[in-house]
Amino acid sequence: MGIGTARGAWRRWAAIAAMLCLAGCAGRHDDTVVFWTFGPEGDAVARLLPDFERVHPDIRVEVQQLPLSAAHQKLLTAIAGGTTPDMAQLGNTWLPELVALHALAPLQQRVAGSATVAAPDYFASIWNTNVSGGRLYGVPWYADTRLLFYRSDLLRQAGFEAPPRDWAEWRRMLAALSHPGRKVYGILLPTNEYEQLLSLALQQPDPLLRDDDRYGNFESAGFKRALTFYVDTFRLRQAPMVTNVEVGNPWEEFGRGVYAFYLSGPWNIGEFRKRLPASQQAEWSTAPLPGPDGPGAGLAGGASLVLFRASKHQREAWMLIEYLSQPQVQRRFYELTGDLPPRRSSWDSPLLRDDAQARAFREQLERVKGTPAVPEWERIADMMQQVAARAVAGELTVDQAAAAMDRQADRILAKRRSLLDRAEARQ
Amino acid sequence: MKTSRAAWLFLAPALAVLGVFFLIPVLGALALSFTDYDLYALADLHNLRFVALGNYWALLHRPVFWAALGHTFYFVAVGVPLSLAVSLGAALLLHSPLARGRAFFRTALFAPVVTTAVAMAVVWRYLFNTKYGWANHLLGMLGIHPVDWLGDPHWAMPTIILFAVWKNFGYNMIILLAGLQAIPVELYEAARIDGASAWRQFRHVSLPMLGPTLLMVAILTVSGYFQLFAEPYVMTEGGPLESTTSVLYLMYEDGFQWWNLGTAAAEAFLLFLVMFAVTAAMLRLSPGARSGEAA
Repeated sequence: MGIGTARGAWRRWAAIAAMLCLAGCAGRHDDTVVFWTFGPEGDAVARLLPDFERVHPDIRVEVQQLPLSAAHQKLLTAIAGGTTPDMAQLGNTWLPELVALHALAPLQQRVAGSATVAAPDYFASIWNTNVSGGRLYGVPWYADTRLLFYRSDLLRQAGFEAPPRDWAEWRRMLAALSHPGRKVYGILLPTNEYEQLLSLALQQPDPLLRDDDRYGNFESAGFKRALTFYVDTFRLRQAPMVTNVEVGNPWEEFGRGVYAFYLSGPWNIGEFRKRLPASQQAEWSTAPLPGPDGPGAGLAGGASLVLFRASKHQREAWMLIEYLSQPQVQRRFYELTGDLPPRRSSWDSPLLRDDAQARAFREQLERVKGTPAVPEWERIADMMQQVAARAVAGELTVDQAAAAMDRQADRILAKRRSLLDRAEARQ
Repeated sequence: MKTSRAAWLFLAPALAVLGVFFLIPVLGALALSFTDYDLYALADLHNLRFVALGNYWALLHRPVFWAALGHTFYFVAVGVPLSLAVSLGAALLLHSPLARGRAFFRTALFAPVVTTAVAMAVVWRYLFNTKYGWANHLLGMLGIHPVDWLGDPHWAMPTIILFAVWKNFGYNMIILLAGLQAIPVELYEAARIDGASAWRQFRHVSLPMLGPTLLMVAILTVSGYFQLFAEPYVMTEGGPLESTTSVLYLMYEDGFQWWNLGTAAAEAFLLFLVMFAVTAAMLRLSPGARSGEAA
């Protein structure tokens, strides 16, 4: 028992304490930017980062990949617990919700002072999905919209040289291409996905919610027109009544000619290139959405890059956002993921300009519309589709369905109304 | 006095664990069910309002809730007897002196219980695919029209029941098998000497002796089946036309998808009340339980 052993014990404790700290604080250096990604984009970012870190050797970025199915819950839990990352990828329909939670940092000043991020270069509607209450909260990262994938050979056999431009023409093609007796249908519209009906509804002049987004507006003439077109497609047996759970392998069925049209999103360009045999690659293409009279609007979807209000590294994270917004980086990102760039100048390269199947998306992105920017929107859209599916099944008429949608939307928006009224009363 | 204090001292750790991990959360959830806790309240607690029984009242006026409750009862009413019958049948087969390869079959029949529901759902979704599934292929060989198993709102719940029964019967089978093995062989010998047929042996020896085990298994199964969630979650996502949306599924959607925790907590307590009433009634009405109490 000498001084030596006592000092040895002290050293041991110090070592243990240091190790515990290392285990606990590992990777969370004070100068590290934590970046949450959801889905396959995380892998692509990891491959784009080395170039960024070469230019900014003082900034370290830690990409944390989260599964898309857990994304929403993770974000809300992080906000509730005050453990948000510095920046994240965020689907633009979730943005109003996070703004309502006061979780995001406003960005318009940073954009104003930026040499890279130029608002007019972005597709206007995609950009606007990042604006809430007149303030900007995100920079579009990739754009997404739904349009028609079609089998050009089947259309030609039926006597149509070009894809449809309006609903009447579309209906004629669907009728000619559907043979329900042989289990062949004009189009695949999975009955549990709301994007298809929503796209048709956005082509109408009537807004989806009315009175400052206080009430549903599903009984408007425009929405009823869209719902009628949607429901008729099933009643005329031009689309099978299946959910995407049951479809199983839509690409193969599209290849076998079970469907001549498929209303879906840009990721399916890659899927069809991968899954259809080489002999069929010339037989499919994409076309902008037909509207009630002439080319119509589409859904403004996609994901943005956002900064969190609680972040201590907003300056560094913004530098990463600027880097990821450069047209040449966006083109590499497109090569890695197939995600469509949200800025026009990113499309100015042979890679995208000469891509026949991506071109329709370029055209459609000029004609997209955003959904109501209320935190409840996702839930309302979900409800809308559930009611629409009942109309498709014949349980409700179009009028009954529209009334049921308004009733339920009003119930979902009740709290929003009371908060707005309270805020107005206070003023 | 001193011994009782010592007893409390010994109980304290267990009580503390129960209190922290069970009692406090339950009371918290009960309090939550009297508020309209939602996204706005998460943003700013000033937006939280006390609504007393408002959530419960609103639920009782929501057709979706009643539909979900109906689906849950349908699942329990059909699924539990079916599950018990299959478990008992399998246990009897395994217990039979004629059975060969007993250890193998016991493992094979128990396997679905320990495999993950997600992996099984992938296989089942293929088996019950309208166009390519084996189920319809077999029906086709018998000359029966194909059934849209997971896409038709009338067939989706039966398919879910089939899946749940297949997935879960092995567990009860093991318990019942143990119960059967505990019945003294002398009773069967005596019955045989009296000239009892195999059916009468089952009816008058096996069943009464299994009574308490069966009741326990039935109550566990009922309370388990009321909490239907994983099967529709992985097989149908509550569809088609919400025909497989159970109370728990609705609660998951309201609570974790839409963050209406007040409503979700109220749903949980209503489901708890229903389960409590049903299992209490089962205990009260079962003859085995009463004789057990008397003994």
